[in-house]
Amino acid sequence: MRQLCKGNVAVMKGALLAGCNAYYGYPITPASEIAEAAARFLPQVGGTFIQAESEVAAINMVYGAAAAGARVMTASSGPGLSLMQEGISYLAGAELPCVIVDVMRGGPGLGNIAPEQSDYFATVKGGGHGNYRTIVLAPASVQEMASLTMLAFDLADKYRNPTIVLADGFIGQMMEALDLEYVECNIPAKPWAVKGTPETRANVVSSIYLEPDELEEHNRQMEAKYIRAQNAEPRCEQYCTDGAEILVVGYGIVSRVLRSMVEKARAEGVPVGLFRPITLWPFPSKALAKAAAHASNILVVELSNGQMLEDVRLALSGRKRVDFYGRMGGNVPTVEELREQVEARIPSRTEVFAGGIE
Amino acid sequence: MATDVKDERTSSETYETAHEKSSVFYDLYERKSDLKQQTHYCPGCGHGVVHKLIAEALQDLDLQDRTIFVSPVGCSVFAYYYFDVGNVQVAHGRAPAAATGIKRACPEKIVISYQGDGDLAAIGTAEIVHAANRGEKITVFFINNGIYGMTGGQMAPTTLVGQKSTTSPFGRRPANEGFPIHMAELLATLQAPVYVERVALCDNKNIMRARRAVRKALELQRDGAGFSFVEILSPCPTIWGKEPVAARNWVLEKMVPEFPLAVFRDRKEPLPANGAPPQRPVAEVLGINQGINNNGNGRRTQPFKGLSINIAGFGGQGVLLLGQLLAEMGTEQGLEVSWLPSYGPEMRSGSAHCWVTLSKSRIGSPLTAKPDVLIAMNEVSLRKFADQVPSGGFILYNGHTLPEDFPMPQAQVYCIPASAIADKLGSAKAANIVMMGAMLEETGCFEPSTATRFLEAKVKNPTLLEIDIKAITAGCDAVDHQVNLGPVSQPDGFA
Repeated sequence: MRQLCKGNVAVMKGALLAGCNAYYGYPITPASEIAEAAARFLPQVGGTFIQAESEVAAINMVYGAAAAGARVMTASSGPGLSLMQEGISYLAGAELPCVIVDVMRGGPGLGNIAPEQSDYFATVKGGGHGNYRTIVLAPASVQEMASLTMLAFDLADKYRNPTIVLADGFIGQMMEALDLEYVECNIPAKPWAVKGTPETRANVVSSIYLEPDELEEHNRQMEAKYIRAQNAEPRCEQYCTDGAEILVVGYGIVSRVLRSMVEKARAEGVPVGLFRPITLWPFPSKALAKAAAHASNILVVELSNGQMLEDVRLALSGRKRVDFYGRMGGNVPTVEELREQVEARIPSRTEVFAGGIE
Repeated sequence: MATDVKDERTSSETYETAHEKSSVFYDLYERKSDLKQQTHYCPGCGHGVVHKLIAEALQDLDLQDRTIFVSPVGCSVFAYYYFDVGNVQVAHGRAPAAATGIKRACPEKIVISYQGDGDLAAIGTAEIVHAANRGEKITVFFINNGIYGMTGGQMAPTTLVGQKSTTSPFGRRPANEGFPIHMAELLATLQAPVYVERVALCDNKNIMRARRAVRKALELQRDGAGFSFVEILSPCPTIWGKEPVAARNWVLEKMVPEFPLAVFRDRKEPLPANGAPPQRPVAEVLGINQGINNNGNGRRTQPFKGLSINIAGFGGQGVLLLGQLLAEMGTEQGLEVSWLPSYGPEMRSGSAHCWVTLSKSRIGSPLTAKPDVLIAMNEVSLRKFADQVPSGGFILYNGHTLPEDFPMPQAQVYCIPASAIADKLGSAKAANIVMMGAMLEETGCFEPSTATRFLEAKVKNPTLLEIDIKAITAGCDAVDHQVNLGPVSQPDGFA
């Protein structure tokens, strides 16, 4: 069924199709339509929607519901995500599955409500305390707001770990055709959950391990699971990367503008290709290294001061020149603007770079 | 206060029973690293007493298999060492929030939030107040000993005036730290809680009173009554630097005068019923397999490659709605579409615009820095966006003529007095639909009949629908009768 839908609303449509039955959140622009859709949908299907007193409370409600085995989620934007970081650390430490959607806005501080991609570090690199990872998925369309939310629930359960859907203000606010089909969802059993039943009476959900050896063992076991995820879950999309001499890398809304730019540039014979990470953690490092094999120049574009840039450079281990072009404050580069950035890097028109990173 | 405490257990037989270890406690505390036969609590600590009262109540009420115990941060962080029930350990102060999530997931279960004064009355103030205010059907046991025990004796929000602690070494001074906070009284100002009582572990009579309060709170939860809260004044001999008996006496002599023992709420009348909306299948709620949209079965006869449109004007002129209508028609016609609004402060301060892209192939950037079409519903928008439209595109301007000082843009301009036309038709609000008619006529992207069909499905008011349908025709006519302004190199308009 194809319907015109807003990105933020598509998140909840995907969530319901994934069997999500609880949402706890706090309003914030530009993510509020997710809470509004949850408030509209969930009570009609026997689910729970609570507008919490704060993001701090919301993420801890998520913690409680996840501990009881519910498919549960919350959504926010930068400032709210900052408040949730403590809870995310606890969720990771207690190995509780849940989905957190961050519709990024401009920062730091109150910043503004226009789109940015400046929460990459806060989500991909952690943000809360302790040794943990969150799986991070980056939708670039309304369709993916739904489909990656659905995937997020599956990955959260698979790895018993919080999973973040990292969108931006534009992807959240825009409307596109959304094609959905109702399929009965398969939610795995959660024998570890605390459900107030005789079978689960012996269960304890906790992130406290008082003995150093126990806590180290817990961390090692979590690390093993993260390695499993790193091997199995990286996802990306490539466009015209075959024979690309210049490889542009971007995610979310930026990848859309890059795609338009690549389409036009290719039509004019410019050998440029697009690499778009879909999972930001685990980062598709191997695929990126392969796509970049024949490129002389890599250009990372973000709505930030250069955050994913670090992962691109790590993936290429200094073998390629990696440049960066960033816009901030809610400015989104135009196709023409990015075209200029690429033109300036066409090998035949610039000095050949000897190697290494800048 | 509790002067004549009577308990149902008075015979020597039941007296002995009361000293048996409740079956709700583990036989051996295996989760502890050592000393598995005893708790980690200090001699004379109130936690041990309250644990026992709760365990006995759960046993007697036959709730062990249904209970989920939420342990906080503080000395009772390890409650899960002892209670043989489902256990969830949570972050500092957040127990009422986590308990909310648990209870909503398992409404038939008994959810206990057990918290100390630092946890509940300082860092977790918001969570306890709002869980109480929502009337969460949980039970909160609040252990008030006026001090931070686990972290080694810092001041609590309940520390008495003049009481010394490691962070109030000269005694609590109201001018510096304020007064002790009275949580039971505070929560009793809220409407939703069904039961709020303060008790004290200061002597046996009062312990028996605490025992009854613990039971009552759990019974109320068992019966689905609502939020129940028991504040328990409790000794902390180690941190207070007192012998256990002296500490108990201190509760009576110093704490009780500050924190009066009383029932602050004992609600008899039932809370309002749930009032949930009717239940429907997920597919129906999400609008899947219904509605007017389908996979491009609509008919579009005119040749069409794609179009990017910028629509701008004042809030209230239906700018965003016009964009959505175009995007919806495109969706129905099997096109790729994108609609991107300006959002935020702009939409709150009176101006609005949106970008719409219609395409036969996958849409890259939904941002159109060089739109094919600009629909400028006011002069501000014309001045702001006209330059963006390249030669070959066109501008529909809501006005009889261009402003006198306005330089001729590179794109073709049609002046359509849409507001005036709509006003004549009966509603100035239809100006956006007049513009849609003009745009459809000029671009041929959709048949006017398609637009009519959409409006018929969307506009419920028959008077407005009639006006809207006339507005489409009027828009088409208006563009046909226009004298083109601007470059004449594109005499056939955009196609």
